[in-house]
Amino acid sequence: MTGVAADRIEPPLTDERRERLQAAVADLSETQLTWASGYLAGLAAAGREVNPAAAPSAGAGADARQRLTVLYGSQTGNGRRIAEAVQAEAAARGLASRAVSMADYRPAELRRETLLAVVVSTHGEGDPPDDAEMLYEYLCGPKAPKLGSLHYSVLALGDSSYAEFCRTGRDFDERLAALGASRYGERVDCDVDYEDPAARWTDAVLDAARERLDEPAPRLHAVPSEPPPAAAGPVMAELVANQRITGRDSDKRVHHVEFAVEGLAYEPGDSVALVTRNPSAVVEAVLEAAGLDGASTLGDGRTLADALSADFEITKASAGFLERYAGAGGAGALAELLADGHRKELAAYLADRQVIDVLHDHPAELSADELVACLRGFKPRLYSIASSPLANPDEVHLTVAAVEYDAWGRRHYGSASTALAALEIGATLEARIEPNPRFRLPADASAPVIMIGPGTGVAPFRAFLEHREAGGADGRNWLFFGDRRFASDFLYQIEWARFRKRGVLDRMDVAFSRDQAEKVYVQHRLREHARDLYAWLEEGAHLYVCGDAVRMAPDVHAALIDVVAEAGGRSPEQAGEYLKQLRRAGRYQRDVY
Amino acid sequence: MSGTPSDVERIKAGSRHLRGTLERSLEDRLTGAIAEDDAQLSKFHGIYQQDDRDVRSERRRQRLEPAYSFMIRARVPGGVCTPGQWLAMDELARTHANGTLRLTTRQAFQFHGVIKTRLRATIRGINECLLDTLAACGDVNRNVMAGVNPWRSVLHARVAELAREVSAHLTPATGAYHEIWLDGEKLESDRDESGRDESDRDEQEPIYGTTYLPRKFKMGLVVPPENDIDVYSQDLGFIAIEEEGELAGFNVVVGGGMGASHGEPDTWPRLGDVIGYCRPEQVIAVSEAVVTTQRDFGDRTNRKHARLKYTIEDRGVDWFRGEVERRAGLELAPARPFRFTTTGDRYGWVEGDDGLWHRTLFIENGRIADREPVSLLTALREVAALGRGRFILTPNQNVTLSGLDDGDRDRVSDILRRHGVDGAGSPSAMRSHSLACVGLPTCALAMAESERYLPDLVGRLEERLAAHGLEGEPIVIRMTGCPNGCARPYLAEIGLVGKAPGRYNLYLGAGFSGDRLNRLHRENIDEETILAELDGLFARYAAERDGAERFGDFLVRAGVIRAVTSGPDFRADEGKVA
Repeated sequence: MTGVAADRIEPPLTDERRERLQAAVADLSETQLTWASGYLAGLAAAGREVNPAAAPSAGAGADARQRLTVLYGSQTGNGRRIAEAVQAEAAARGLASRAVSMADYRPAELRRETLLAVVVSTHGEGDPPDDAEMLYEYLCGPKAPKLGSLHYSVLALGDSSYAEFCRTGRDFDERLAALGASRYGERVDCDVDYEDPAARWTDAVLDAARERLDEPAPRLHAVPSEPPPAAAGPVMAELVANQRITGRDSDKRVHHVEFAVEGLAYEPGDSVALVTRNPSAVVEAVLEAAGLDGASTLGDGRTLADALSADFEITKASAGFLERYAGAGGAGALAELLADGHRKELAAYLADRQVIDVLHDHPAELSADELVACLRGFKPRLYSIASSPLANPDEVHLTVAAVEYDAWGRRHYGSASTALAALEIGATLEARIEPNPRFRLPADASAPVIMIGPGTGVAPFRAFLEHREAGGADGRNWLFFGDRRFASDFLYQIEWARFRKRGVLDRMDVAFSRDQAEKVYVQHRLREHARDLYAWLEEGAHLYVCGDAVRMAPDVHAALIDVVAEAGGRSPEQAGEYLKQLRRAGRYQRDVY
Repeated sequence: MSGTPSDVERIKAGSRHLRGTLERSLEDRLTGAIAEDDAQLSKFHGIYQQDDRDVRSERRRQRLEPAYSFMIRARVPGGVCTPGQWLAMDELARTHANGTLRLTTRQAFQFHGVIKTRLRATIRGINECLLDTLAACGDVNRNVMAGVNPWRSVLHARVAELAREVSAHLTPATGAYHEIWLDGEKLESDRDESGRDESDRDEQEPIYGTTYLPRKFKMGLVVPPENDIDVYSQDLGFIAIEEEGELAGFNVVVGGGMGASHGEPDTWPRLGDVIGYCRPEQVIAVSEAVVTTQRDFGDRTNRKHARLKYTIEDRGVDWFRGEVERRAGLELAPARPFRFTTTGDRYGWVEGDDGLWHRTLFIENGRIADREPVSLLTALREVAALGRGRFILTPNQNVTLSGLDDGDRDRVSDILRRHGVDGAGSPSAMRSHSLACVGLPTCALAMAESERYLPDLVGRLEERLAAHGLEGEPIVIRMTGCPNGCARPYLAEIGLVGKAPGRYNLYLGAGFSGDRLNRLHRENIDEETILAELDGLFARYAAERDGAERFGDFLVRAGVIRAVTSGPDFRADEGKVA
């Protein structure tokens, strides 16, 4: 393969350089090679330093291998049997093919398919079967891609005693066509006796596959001469998915949000800064506490409500704000708190108070201009990115815990988290990448990786696993996750199960603190598995911790010292030194906040 | 039978006598489920994996797995349990399950909503009070039923005792149950040199072998004139024949079964055939012979054709009788006469032969819970705490408080009154003849509501019945969420079988005493149509009935429904149905 590519292109390289290039790519898979081709083109076009972030994503340059994908979704297993039979027949004829349950299929793969066969049943009163629900909604939703290069045919299974006979199959058929795909065979609708029509449809699928897949497999595609400019932003990001991912009995509202972004380059481990607006509930609470009218105008002509929602920090109370506020209003008690020697009291006061609490506790009659003069300017919030650009080209996924709590007799909200959780599909925000070069997957794809990410701290590890899988990294992966309750707070539970099933996630250990009388956290699991953990570290594993900086990170660090001390037969001091060495070597990285 | 064995056969054969990888599944903390193959094997241990279907779709969007929990079924042969056992069940329901107890149509207890990490504790609790869950589900003989008429105490005691004996004889011998749920420890000697688990090495299943039965197997004993166990719906039934107040022997009934599948004409419910008569001491031998014949000849390639009813329909009753007689080493005598009058329970206080009192409580759909204004769970716990008599689970999902003296009777009445069980007025004739399976949201098979819906529907039907002056008329109505038949819907005068949310197939014309199947009358209809259809038929029944003629019999005589004469005939008219 490498030879073929090199022979075709007239190489402007010395023999030595050419050999070095060939050696460098000798082990790469087809996907990796294709990605690399785009990467190099990107370098050429941008004329930059070697920086992987500058490469176009795999989706832009890569094309899936030419093969037949048979997708099935059915409640009874008939669909699976038919799909597997089609796949087996295709394989027997030497045609590249696979049969995949819609439940296991990542909808984003669809845009890379060229030849598709769909087997789907209809359930109840015209509903898609459970397996098919996600793909069905994807196809009917705002994220549905253009499928101009896709050829397909649908086999619909149903029962004619129901009014909406074969409805789901019909919907798939029509929807795929509407997205620009073309039929290589007409849809076949089957009743309870499906065997004969299914056999006829199978023949048609196989004919189409033979016709289309017999063409020589495409080699290296011409690399795009002008790859899209990839940069850190800012760009406008459009919200394409927003889903609560904690169960109905959870105390917490955690959302998975997805943005479509074009030309935003990032790596797993990076964060994104999002320019959100303060939620109207907070703006109103501030106005009420300050006794001001939102419609009143500021010196620069804007209304107070507008300024508060877009330009100022109105949730977090800072010492600077307190000082300015005390100065403007002359509130006596605040002055005392701010006096020298009261740092502890001040910190305790600020720990869970917001601007509204200060306004309530220390009322002062300020004008609109005086109030905003006390406030800090708004700073966009940073979120660890939960997706890999290889697996989700042109998308950024986030895991957002909506901050909401009652204290001091009032409801409190977070600014960006509340805004993001409430954001509707199609909304756009300004986004830019905040690179985090100190939180990076190992350069050596075969190095083992240990990830510790309780709560939303698990976000970058979703990106890590996606990236390791998409890039074909063969190193082992071990994830530690914890939260309150197994039933409602197991963030991305289904996805971890799929990573495990596909062999990407080698081990996962979980701790749910409130499922039993005694609280259990990730650090308990670390100690339980001391021997294996230490063995992984000795084999060169890279260790990552993400999440809460105040309690979790120190607790985890203490547990790691115990692990190394116990399993490595070291004193606590030596164990601490061992971890320091790891840190210096870049093998113990943390993203804590 | 030729053909490829079904997937469940592969799982059974490779399971080392029902062990599978259950222990590993219990230890997997990433999922509330057990491995797919284990979910088949767990049934043999009395455990069904389920999930809350009300939140299934919501959780998929939330990237959470389904809300898995388990249904645990505890066997109670003949339905008889002690007050102490009742207290233990009550406590387990409140600590490990969803706070309710469910009495089944086969005289067993069911716990719902037990999560994986509570399974062992629950099973241990059940075994500690000398009940168990082994073989409560799965391809084995399940809970052995026995008719409930304790007011005829001598006969009842003998039949109940036989139910326990047959149950014990047909219980699987595997040590897997104790090992996985109770002891939790394997012997070191169970591992061979390479460390391989050999714990089943010396185990024998003399009756079942390594692949058990082709499909579930249900049996029961009944005492006429009550046919409360629906003896014709059982794979194997024994009809007690009484002579001069003593138990003389039993007529043997084989090949009944309810399960069918929508749209599959080769599946049907079937009533059992009476194939002869045996003496009480021959019951065990006959039972074993019936079970092993089915073990060897049942269809293992197609689970929808694997029940005994298909074996008998395919090979003939005479062949089957001969095979059973040969295996049991006896000859069945000609069947003796008997007569059934009802499948229902006798409610209220009844005085027995021995002067003791028995009180059968109507328990709607078998669900025992505290729900304002009736604290049924608490009331029965207080009755059990008296420590008197026995609790008998009836085949109609009710409970009989049995063997109480005059003083007990007063105390029990007082408790029932205090907790609102008595005093709210008695249920209507139709309601007290109603049965529903569990259905949504936990049953994986349900296509429509059942237990959560039938009480409302009956309320609406009561209004129609009253309009025609039929409110005192007992009409048997049964509903299931799917066609598999847990509430024996094909033996109801009005059978409603779920097809899709809010939609049911309406079956009509079964016999009141359980001796004739019903037939499909309307397909896939909603509530409005059900009410309109039945309202019209109630009107005709009120106007044209012949004396004390039952509703099901009337519909047949009036030509609304053609009587079903055999299993395959159940399907005969389906093409013509609207």
